[in-house]
Amino acid sequence: MPQTETYNDQVVRLFLLAAAIWGVLGMAIGVFVAAQLAWPALNFDTPWLTFGRLRPDHTFGVIFAFGGSALMGTCYYVAQRTGHTRLALPRLANFTFWGWQLICVLAMVTMPLGLTQSKEYAEPEWLIDLLVAVVWVSFGVVFFATLARRRIKHIYVANWYYGAFIIAVGLLHIVNNIVMPVSLTKSYPVYSGTVDAMVQWWYGHNAVAFFLTAGFLGMMYYFVPRQAQQPLWSYRFSIVNFWALISVYMWAGSHHLMYTALPDWVQSVGMAFSILLLMPSWGSAANGLLTFNGAWKRVASDPAAKFMVIALVFYAAATTEGSLMAVKTVNSLSHYTDWTVAHVHSGAIGWVAMITIGSLYAMAPRALGRPAMHSRRGMEWHFWLHVTGLVMYVASMWTAGVTAGLMWRATDSSGTLIHPFIDSLIAVRPFYLIRFLGGLLIVAGMVVMAWNLWHTAADARARLIKPIPVPIPEPEPRQMPAPVPARA
Amino acid sequence: MAKGYKYFEAIEKHAGKLAIFTAIMVSIGGLAEITPLFVEAHSITASAGVKPYDPLRLAGKDIYVREGCYLCHTQMIRSLRAETQRYGAYSVSSESVYDRPHQWGSKRTGPDLARLGGKYSDEWQRLHLLDPRAVVPQSNMPAYPWLADEPIDSKDSVARVRAVQLLGDPYSAEKIAAAPAALEGMTAMDALVAYLQGLGLPAEVAEDPT
Repeated sequence: MPQTETYNDQVVRLFLLAAAIWGVLGMAIGVFVAAQLAWPALNFDTPWLTFGRLRPDHTFGVIFAFGGSALMGTCYYVAQRTGHTRLALPRLANFTFWGWQLICVLAMVTMPLGLTQSKEYAEPEWLIDLLVAVVWVSFGVVFFATLARRRIKHIYVANWYYGAFIIAVGLLHIVNNIVMPVSLTKSYPVYSGTVDAMVQWWYGHNAVAFFLTAGFLGMMYYFVPRQAQQPLWSYRFSIVNFWALISVYMWAGSHHLMYTALPDWVQSVGMAFSILLLMPSWGSAANGLLTFNGAWKRVASDPAAKFMVIALVFYAAATTEGSLMAVKTVNSLSHYTDWTVAHVHSGAIGWVAMITIGSLYAMAPRALGRPAMHSRRGMEWHFWLHVTGLVMYVASMWTAGVTAGLMWRATDSSGTLIHPFIDSLIAVRPFYLIRFLGGLLIVAGMVVMAWNLWHTAADARARLIKPIPVPIPEPEPRQMPAPVPARA
Repeated sequence: MAKGYKYFEAIEKHAGKLAIFTAIMVSIGGLAEITPLFVEAHSITASAGVKPYDPLRLAGKDIYVREGCYLCHTQMIRSLRAETQRYGAYSVSSESVYDRPHQWGSKRTGPDLARLGGKYSDEWQRLHLLDPRAVVPQSNMPAYPWLADEPIDSKDSVARVRAVQLLGDPYSAEKIAAAPAALEGMTAMDALVAYLQGLGLPAEVAEDPT
């Protein structure tokens, strides 16, 4: 068979560009709303500039626009490489790109106009939700059709995570968004009260589980061995963790509703499964970190690997913290405070953003036909700006959260509450300033990345990129997956 | 190679089987927790004082949703001593059966509002929404001056009442017929204040805000 097939990296490059733009924009909005919490006059008495309307823009912008574009782009890249095949259905793949970008633009424009379902992380109204469903199903079709035409019999584990991410997010999205439309811009959910709360947090928690964890683990399982330039520490371990992760995560959503009107047994079940989650979470983190065993030198010389290692450390740390916060007694202190915000951001800025940035730095030169990123110093600068900002953010919000939580419950010797609510706000205001500064550093790092990617792509813009040929393996009668023995 | 490995191999080499098993595994947890709640939901009825939102309050609730108030205020008093001391009796399921969607919230940058109704005067609420720092100097809540000049679209509001009625919330024909008159000349501010002043109050106390 002649070597004629090449990888379809065009759609990958489009997603790469989109991820860089949404990353800067989504995080910049985050910094702006953080500034508003420190200086409330910054809404300039304008409806669409007010915190309550812009905060969904920040979360949607970073999770679905930045994270979603990075996930879909890397998913197409990884499915092709691990299957030794060209992307199936190229037109549908292009449709998923333009469709997803249209969804992001529509959502980011309508939410500040006040069109929202008020379901956290699922704010866009029903018309946009329908579009999401269509694009998501198309994405699934392209992915599974590409898997179907693979030349390597065994499906590499990264694809398992991408597949679970696609299936579960589709399921969550549809169930959580069943509504009765009133007009083009307003709807009411069929669920109400307690049932609505449970459905919403089943969705909200598992959006974290499958969008922000399973998807990014797919990224991790491909790009970490790629940057370490050696196989995964234990392939079997990754499979065990896969089944444990996807089955246990779905139970844990009720830990968002501790001590509320949700039936007590659901709270307890959620707590128990949240603790069980430690196992697959640590398993994946350890598997990723141990993959660098014997190759730690590369971490010093390769900034992309540096991002990945810190990402894995924060993955382990944030999931430990998450399991602890799901323990009812801890939750009674942490819930409703900025501790939750600290936890989310150590996961989002530490794990999700860093594994994404590391993977983008690993993928971009290859997808753009360059030997390396334009500027190594730029990557180093980005790393240190990002990590400094991350530590400032997480440390300040953690302190603010514990402070407020303790003040809310403090009583004097007669059992009377000591602090009026406003005292806790006054106490945490200085930390809001530190968080804002940390966020500024992180956005500055993202701008450096965008600049670096732009220059890396200069060559690609100047001339047509030489297509990368697909290595076509010799046909083998019976292929075994090659489980790599654990390294000492 | 372990003996049972061939069974795993069958999944690992087959995209369709992998997808089906994945779909099954992710469905179990959700089904186990949500199905009993659906069944239970039929047995949860509104407690004695809880009635569906009258049209003005429903409009106010929609403004609460639109402005994203739920991002900084909870409406869920947890069953903890410090909470009941600060905010009143803990919240129960039967109080939020007409909340579509629920407004329990997840963050308290400001205090809980589940039992805010009647705690301050209408005039205080109005002043506070126009300029929070005029009444609470250290507050970091944004100002909402545009609400005062924004008329309520009564046609749209009636359509909204009909929609929640269709979803099963009990409204009498007279109540719906009277809605346009009740909403006449009302602003978004009036609606939001009416909604806030009804939070946590038994319906007979909070009856007819006009």
